[in-house]
Amino acid sequence: MKMLVCVSKTPETTTKIQLTADKTDLDKGGMQYIMNPYDEWYALVRALELKEAGGGSVTLLNVGPADNDAVIRKGLAIGADDAIRVNSEGGGSLYIAKQIAAQAAGYDIVFFGKETIDYNGSEVGAMVAELLGTAYVGEASKLEMDGSTATITRDIEGGVEVVEASTPLCLSAAKGMAEQRIPNMRGIMMAKRKPLNVVEPVAAPATTEVASYELPPAKSAVKLVEPENMEELVRLLHEEAKVI
Amino acid sequence: MVLVFAEATNGKFKKAAHEVVTYGAKTAAAMGTECVALTLGDVQDAGDLGRFGASKVYNAADAALANFDSGVFAAAIAGAAQQLGAKVIVLSHNSTGKNLTGRLAARLDAGSAPGVKAVPVIEGDKFTVRKAVFSGKAFADVSILTDTKVISLAGNSIPVEESGSAVGVESISLDLPAPMVKVLSTKRAEGITPLPEAELVVSGGRGLKGPENWGVINDLAEVLGATTACSRPVADSDWRPHHEHVGQTGVAIHPNLYIAAGISGAIQHLAGVNSSKTIVVVNKDPEAPFFKAADYGVVGDLFEVLPRLTEALKKFKSA
Repeated sequence: MKMLVCVSKTPETTTKIQLTADKTDLDKGGMQYIMNPYDEWYALVRALELKEAGGGSVTLLNVGPADNDAVIRKGLAIGADDAIRVNSEGGGSLYIAKQIAAQAAGYDIVFFGKETIDYNGSEVGAMVAELLGTAYVGEASKLEMDGSTATITRDIEGGVEVVEASTPLCLSAAKGMAEQRIPNMRGIMMAKRKPLNVVEPVAAPATTEVASYELPPAKSAVKLVEPENMEELVRLLHEEAKVI
Repeated sequence: MVLVFAEATNGKFKKAAHEVVTYGAKTAAAMGTECVALTLGDVQDAGDLGRFGASKVYNAADAALANFDSGVFAAAIAGAAQQLGAKVIVLSHNSTGKNLTGRLAARLDAGSAPGVKAVPVIEGDKFTVRKAVFSGKAFADVSILTDTKVISLAGNSIPVEESGSAVGVESISLDLPAPMVKVLSTKRAEGITPLPEAELVVSGGRGLKGPENWGVINDLAEVLGATTACSRPVADSDWRPHHEHVGQTGVAIHPNLYIAAGISGAIQHLAGVNSSKTIVVVNKDPEAPFFKAADYGVVGDLFEVLPRLTEALKKFKSA
C-alpha cells in the first residue's frame, strides 16, 4: 500500500504568541518550530504501523520553503521512506491543497492531522479529497485496513461513528489513532540519506489573506474566594459573572 | 444571498443550528441580502429555523442523505448554492462542518474561513471575518478574496437571537453522487452535552491523584448539569477517556463557565480553554500559573473545596 502523509511545520506548543508592531504578522523572532503534533504523533505513526504490518511505502509531503527540511528530516528519522517538499511560501488553505493534490495521484491513502495547531482550520484534507474525487473521513481515531477496505472510527460530537471506505481515500488523524514515536539514533542517521525531493509549485491563486492579528484582551486580576466560603463563590457566579 | 446549512441530529435541530442561522441572518443583513436555510434528509420542524432569521427554508430529502458522507453532503450544499445563487455559505465548525468546509471550498473554488467567531465586517469589496488561531492564543482577521465564500462558525461564539417567525419548508431537488463512505454504526453518549457545545464544564487534573477520586468532579458536574473534562496528563494516564482531554492537542472548548480543579494551567491547557467566558480555578498551590488566567480562584484542597461547592450549589438550586 502506498501511503502519503502530509505534514506541516508549526510553532512549538509552548510558544507565546507575539505580534509585529503593525499587527499584520506574528513576531517570529526566537520562535521554535515542530512538526504539527497531529501529523507526527497520529497520522505518520499509523501509516508506519500499517506498512510494518502489510508492506508498502510511506512518503512525507510538505508544502513550504527550505527552512522546513529539518522538520521533514525528523519525519524521515521516525521512519518514513522518502519525502517530497513543494518549494513554496504557501498561499492559504486552498493553495496548499492544490499543491498536495498535484502530488497525490497514485497513493492509496493520503493522511493529514485533524488540524494544524497554528491556523486550526481542519480543511486541507477535505479540500484534497474533493480535488482528487476520493472519500474523506475527518477526525479519525482508529484505522484498520483489510485489503483495499478501510474501517475507520471517527470522532463526532459526543460520540463516535464507525465507517467503511475503499482506497484511494483521504483522512485526518485524531488522538487515539497511534502513539507518538521518538526517533532513535539509527533513524536519525538513516534519515540523512533518505531522498527528499524538492518540486516546484503549480500555479494557484490565493483565496484568502490575513489582514491583521489581534491578541486576546488581558484578563483582569483573579478574585480569590476563601476555601471555606463556597456560598460566596456561588453568589459571584450567579450575580456577577451571571453564568449560573 | 446567504445560504446556511442547518444540521439536524437524529432529525432534530439543536443550538448549533440556531446559532448558524442567527449568524447567517446577521451576515445577510450586513450584505443587504436575504438568508435562506438548507436542511438535508429526514428532519422535523425545519420551518422553525425562520424564527432565527431564515427567510426561506429548503429541504432535500434523498435516501443518499440518510447517513453522513462528506462528498454527498458537499455536493448537495454546493448544488443548492448554485441553484439559488448564494454567494456566501455558512455552516457550523463542528465535526460535520470540519468534513464539509474544505470540500465546499475546493468544489466551488472559493475562499474559506473555518471556525470564525464574529459576523463579517464588510467594507466595499472587502469581506473580513475574525477567527481564533493558535488554539485561542490570538485572533486573525481573514479577508476572503473570492466572489463565493465559505464560512464555518465556531460554537458558542454568538448568542442565538430570534428575529422572525416560522416559515414553510420548500423542497429542493439536487443531483447527488453515490456515497463513498458507508456508515456502519453511530454511538452518542445520551443525555450529556458534548464538550465542544457545552456551556458548563468541570475539569480535573493530576491534583485528583487517581481515577478513583473522580467522584468529587462528577458530583459537582451533576449538580450543575455540566460536562466533565480533564487535562492531558490525566487522559495520557488513562484515568479518563481521551475525548475528555481539553487543551491545545485535545478539544478546544468555549463554555460560559469552566471550573478547573487540580490543574496547574500549562500554556497548552490554557490554549484550549481560554475562550471560556468565566474561569474558576481550584488549586492548593497559590503559585499555580492557572490563577493568572482565572476570573475566580480558590486556594485550597480540592477534596474539601469541591464537595463544599457542590453543597452550596445544591442549596442555591433548591432556593
